[in-house]
Amino acid sequence: MCNQTVGLLAAELERQGIATVSIQLLRSITEKVRPPRALYVPFDHGYPLNAPDAPTKQHAVIEAALRMLEDPDLQPPAIVDYEPEKKNN
Amino acid sequence: MGDLSEFSLKYKLFLKAYPWRRIDPVPWAPLQKPLKDSRLALVSSAGLVLPGQNPFDESIRGGDYSVREIPSDTDVSTLIDTHRSDLYDHAGLRRDPNLAFPLDRLRELVQKKRIGSLNHRQLSYMGSITAPGRLVKKTAPRDVRRLVEDGVDAALLVPV
Repeated sequence: MCNQTVGLLAAELERQGIATVSIQLLRSITEKVRPPRALYVPFDHGYPLNAPDAPTKQHAVIEAALRMLEDPDLQPPAIVDYEPEKKNN
Repeated sequence: MGDLSEFSLKYKLFLKAYPWRRIDPVPWAPLQKPLKDSRLALVSSAGLVLPGQNPFDESIRGGDYSVREIPSDTDVSTLIDTHRSDLYDHAGLRRDPNLAFPLDRLRELVQKKRIGSLNHRQLSYMGSITAPGRLVKKTAPRDVRRLVEDGVDAALLVPV
């Protein structure tokens, strides 16, 4: 449900002119709901930014999301698959 | 990980039968200026509240569609997890709320000048909303108008 809620909020933000990027945890639901920009992460529910007390890992996910905001070639609805880097601690 | 396999059979059947809201048409607001000059807001559906704020109400049928505003200078460790779902492990979030409400990370990005500024208020929802009509028609348009008035350029949304 959280994935849908975030997608619906993102849609309202974009309707009012605010660019968004949404982390998503269930790709099949993302494809159905269609938030404007979605970064699909392969983590368990409860762990959208990978791991607790792990700033480097959290920053890596956020950076991937921010790059979606900056990408002029994306078209709506855009889904990007996040690939964790093995060297992150 | 990240698919239906982590849920019980009962919940998997619910998810398959649930009439998901399809966003159509998909609205699109390109970023109007570089991120280093943009004001960012954080929107999370992890059900986090500040001490003294009302917890999200589990008794509301279809899900609590209200919002809690979280100031940008909040000590993340004080946030309280009031999400009603028992479908995921809450341990990580309770240990480090940055996991779904990354205020510390975003403040660090402002310091590094990766983003221009963090809005003075962030929005916290409880994402377990099975009947989102009131969220879509009432809460969200009102809350987003506030962010527009704040001069927010972009938003990062995080579910749990």
